[in-house]
Amino acid sequence: MDFLACFPDPFPLMMMRELEVGGFAVKSFGDVEDLINHVEADEDSSVSAVVVSTLSSPETGWATCRSLRTAKNPIGPILVVVQTTRISDLEMRDDLYDDFVLDSMVEGEMSYRAAHLLAKSGKSRRPELIQHGPLILNTETYQALLDGKPLDLTYMEYELLKFLASRPGKVFTRDTLLSRVWGYEYFGGARTVDVHVRRLRAKLGEEHANLIDTVRSVGYRFGSSRWSPKLH
Amino acid sequence: MRQEADYVLRTVEERGIRFVQLWFTDVLGTPKGFSITPAELEHVLEEGMTFDGSAIDGFSRVQEADMLVAPDANTFQILPWQVDDAPVARMVCDILNPDLSPFEGCPRHVLRKALRRANERGYKFFAAPEIEYFYFASDSLTGEHGVRPIPLDSGSYFDLTVTDLATELRKRTVLTLEDMGIPVEHTQHEDAPSQHEIDLRYTDALTMADTIMTVRLIVKGLANEQGVHASFMPKPMTNQQGSGMHTHFSLFKNEENAFSDPDDEYGLSEVAKKFIAGVLYFAPEITAVTNQWVNSYKRLVPGYEAPVNVSWARNNRSALVRVPVVRDGIADAARIEYRAPDAACNPYLTFALILEAGLKGIEDGLVLPEEAVTNLYKISHGHTSDDHRQLPGDLQAAVDLMEKSELAANVLGEHVFEWFIKNKRSEWAGFAEQVTHYELERYLPSL
Repeated sequence: MDFLACFPDPFPLMMMRELEVGGFAVKSFGDVEDLINHVEADEDSSVSAVVVSTLSSPETGWATCRSLRTAKNPIGPILVVVQTTRISDLEMRDDLYDDFVLDSMVEGEMSYRAAHLLAKSGKSRRPELIQHGPLILNTETYQALLDGKPLDLTYMEYELLKFLASRPGKVFTRDTLLSRVWGYEYFGGARTVDVHVRRLRAKLGEEHANLIDTVRSVGYRFGSSRWSPKLH
Repeated sequence: MRQEADYVLRTVEERGIRFVQLWFTDVLGTPKGFSITPAELEHVLEEGMTFDGSAIDGFSRVQEADMLVAPDANTFQILPWQVDDAPVARMVCDILNPDLSPFEGCPRHVLRKALRRANERGYKFFAAPEIEYFYFASDSLTGEHGVRPIPLDSGSYFDLTVTDLATELRKRTVLTLEDMGIPVEHTQHEDAPSQHEIDLRYTDALTMADTIMTVRLIVKGLANEQGVHASFMPKPMTNQQGSGMHTHFSLFKNEENAFSDPDDEYGLSEVAKKFIAGVLYFAPEITAVTNQWVNSYKRLVPGYEAPVNVSWARNNRSALVRVPVVRDGIADAARIEYRAPDAACNPYLTFALILEAGLKGIEDGLVLPEEAVTNLYKISHGHTSDDHRQLPGDLQAAVDLMEKSELAANVLGEHVFEWFIKNKRSEWAGFAEQVTHYELERYLPSL
């Protein structure tokens, strides 16, 4: 589970609860030193993100942000909670936080912002799903579902599908795919890409084989073109 | 490698796989394997698994019996059938010495060595086989008359025998192969009763050799479920066509088809012509491998669309090398078809030898003989434009030629080369002392 470190201690109870409901592990800390000690003592609790409240004491709050940023190993990303009436505090401080939320926030907002920060920073430990029509890829478990049924893919087939499906509508040349997906010299060279696309299409079955389009004399594209949406 | 291994471990966990099969191939192309449980998997992926190599044909001399199977995590694939209601997966393996160096008797290693040499010269090598086989009734093996082939149907070429079991089986086989990511180019009922053909889309030669082993297992496995015996025996019935494995080959250099030259009369580049010349030059001495059984030579006789003479042609299906006509503008499709191998060869060794024969042709600048334009089946002796070179007529002749072949010794490596010749000599000796049914019918009444 993703671990959020919250400042200060005590952290506003309602916010704490909201984050827990949002699926995060939450613990509050009085100062940055405490947090560093905690992380060092327990390998499992590496910090996914930090939430700093400036509500009870704006000075302490911003000081915390600064210490997190200037620590030997900076800790972040940082979500800062700001009083609505003090929104101007944000001015000139944009280097101290990655996103902010006002105390007038609506229910759920804080969790969504935290989740978004994690996703952006690539630190989330939640399964990331890539979904396109009937196809779902779980990048954590390496599993692929088509119409709810598991696809039996080899590693390279999975990697190729993941690469394409996470960039739908974009055309890639064989060379690009070979260097981005395979990344090493392979007996087959760029023809390997053709071979794997055929294998993938065979596994996707007749009905869904067209998820991967051949773009004549260029390469391949997943899903329909951005410019000429197909009518289904 | 770590990530591939991680992929395998996660998938086994997520999909509740209870057994992982480790597949490998002995020198004669027989599939072998172990089953391991998920608990052993992580260790085996990292360090391989020790086994007694002396139990496998052509692997080791007794004093060095310990070997390792090392699964290639890239080949991890869930199989389309289950064991004890749980999914099963397989990985194709390399065989290693205890010190982790590649074992020279491993056919995969032999092919990989050849591919590496081609790669050093800038070439990638592709193969697309046409695999023929028969479906026989299960009594063929256990009937009261002993072992004797009983075809399942009597359909012939392109006949629509929609309802028969054999066709149904072939259809299921193709669907299963596609589910496993093995694209089938084409499939049909062949000439002989119950003979079928499955043509595969090209891949790099190593993947294709792995794939051929997989296809054989699947064809046999699915047939077996229906109480049918599928056989890749080269010539199971007198007076009927045998089962070949004509294979299309192409070379790519800098991502371009090195065989193609649209301006040439035949559409063939210089590289292609020298490659064919090399293949033709070395064909007789590599036949012991491409056609490795006593029975293989019953297929290589005139009159059954199998090659006998060492020749090439465009539209002549009796030639040893055929150059399929490529439609304008599809330069990538330029290829040659080598028609000698049968469906019971070891694909790793076969591909390695054909590749090296062709490369030698390129290196030595061998000159392509003239195209064979007449139907070679109908030629009486003395009329071919070629110098009448023929493929060896039986296993003994083939082994004699191979034994003198520097190419075969180099490509196969000392271990495989020596073991193979010894094994084949003893197969021939066993056959030669048999009194056959033919002899009895012919001689007993009159002599």
